[in-house]
Amino acid sequence: MNKDLKLNIGITLWTLTSKEIRRFMRIWVQTLVPPAVTMTLYFVIFGSLIGPRIGEMDGFDYVQFMIPGLIMMSVITGSYANVVSSFYSVKFQKSIEELLISPMPNWVILLGFILGGVTRGILVGIIVFIVSLFFYPEFQIANIGLTITVLLLTSVLFALMGFINAVFADSFDDISVIPTFVLTPLIYLGGVFYSINILPDFWRSISMANPMLYVVNTFREGMLGISDVSISFSLSMIVLFIFLFSSFSLYLLHKGIGIRE
Amino acid sequence: MSEFALQIDNLKKTYKGGTIALKGISLKVKQGDFYALLGPNGAGKSSTIGIIGTLVTKTSGQVKIFDIDTDKDVATAKLLLGVVSQEINFSQFEKVIDIVTTQAGFYGIKKSLAKPKVETMLRRLGLWDKRNDQARTLSGGYKRRLMIAKALIHEPKLLILDEPTAGVDIELRREMWDFLKEINANGTTIILTTHYLEEAEQLCKNIGIIDHGEIVVDTSMKDLLRKLDVQGFVLDLEEPLDNEPKIDGYNLRLDDPLTLVTSVNKDKSINKLFNELNKIGIKVKSMRNESNRLEELFIETIKNKHE
Repeated sequence: MNKDLKLNIGITLWTLTSKEIRRFMRIWVQTLVPPAVTMTLYFVIFGSLIGPRIGEMDGFDYVQFMIPGLIMMSVITGSYANVVSSFYSVKFQKSIEELLISPMPNWVILLGFILGGVTRGILVGIIVFIVSLFFYPEFQIANIGLTITVLLLTSVLFALMGFINAVFADSFDDISVIPTFVLTPLIYLGGVFYSINILPDFWRSISMANPMLYVVNTFREGMLGISDVSISFSLSMIVLFIFLFSSFSLYLLHKGIGIRE
Repeated sequence: MSEFALQIDNLKKTYKGGTIALKGISLKVKQGDFYALLGPNGAGKSSTIGIIGTLVTKTSGQVKIFDIDTDKDVATAKLLLGVVSQEINFSQFEKVIDIVTTQAGFYGIKKSLAKPKVETMLRRLGLWDKRNDQARTLSGGYKRRLMIAKALIHEPKLLILDEPTAGVDIELRREMWDFLKEINANGTTIILTTHYLEEAEQLCKNIGIIDHGEIVVDTSMKDLLRKLDVQGFVLDLEEPLDNEPKIDGYNLRLDDPLTLVTSVNKDKSINKLFNELNKIGIKVKSMRNESNRLEELFIETIKNKHE
């Protein structure tokens, strides 16, 4: 009897992950097309029209300088948005009961949602990179290993943040507050469009407190080979926060906060 | 395999804000049983089911499913359990077939193995023709069937249904009864909560009544119904009457000129009543129970508890 009752964890994880991927692929017009359209507009306006007037930034053409920042912006938004909206939806529709009644361990539930978010984040990143090649075809990635590492770690980190946001959310307003009023300003001021070297000392010091600056610059180091911050410090901080956020997410699931009565 | 499908011991639940839902209930349901858990709204039925299915966190107490303590090995316990919740709890935007296949995957069943199981289950519940429909387009009755298909896809040994026939039409209710009787006959232990007391009387072998977070009755359906002292009958007459007749030992009331209502103690014979009516020239065309017997008992039990 016990042999028959052994749960195949691999199948449960794949089932949840593929369900998450199916979900965002089913609504691709809402999930995959908007970043391509928005980033095309950024490249047209800031890259092709205004970029040549700005000249170089840290020794690179402005459009080339922007590419890593815009990819990272899309990855952050995509992975965060996927998990926050999907997990809140299953809470809202009560289909979370399917997961809670099933024998799936909490870590599989968390990992399934995170992998869904990471997949969307990376897919969106690839789409934006392809779009960027129309505006700067000669772009070459400086360090492919670092680029992929940062891409993966960043999408995991922001998928986890989306998960925590969804656990505490009680309404659809709650899942848009943090992306609109916290993430977006921090990303815009986190070195996507400029190097902090052009800022006065005071604002440069203030910018150093912005966590997005480290993510964007580490990715830029991977793609272009330049950065305003220490790469080892940035990677350590990303890994540390992944550890902290995953532990906190598992604690929330274990205690049933926001999901069990 | 354990003698008991479910054992609950001293289960307590206090919600945030101080509402006490369960005051320490204990319950044993034998393997193969068809058990009715009844109670008025807010009595603690859904809290009990929620705790068994781990949707609700218990305050204290113990739950064992086929001897497996849910605190010690919840995954194995859950493999033996299927729950049909009161509210619709699937993604409304997915296809019927995907919902059931995904549910099988959540229980670790490979897609290749799940496929034939899903087809059998959907055919059995009359959902096969709607397998490619989005769940949100289904009618209420079909949504209920889908809930049952989901709960049964991993072939649980214990199935708990929280008001499965609420809001479904009579025909579908009868179909569901037949289906539940069949899977119970095939060995699945079933626990049912319902507001349709007729449903419990028709289906269940044993019954528990919960009120204000306490089990006030836990017995066999037969024993419970045996306790009924008085039974009401409605007699449809062949010819109209102006006044109710007087017959010693029987309390008769005329609802309308062609309908006579009586309450008969269990030590009195209904045949004797017919004879007496016959003697005074009153002919009875047909007879039916005044109301559901279990309903009377239920109301009586709850009322006595409050007094």
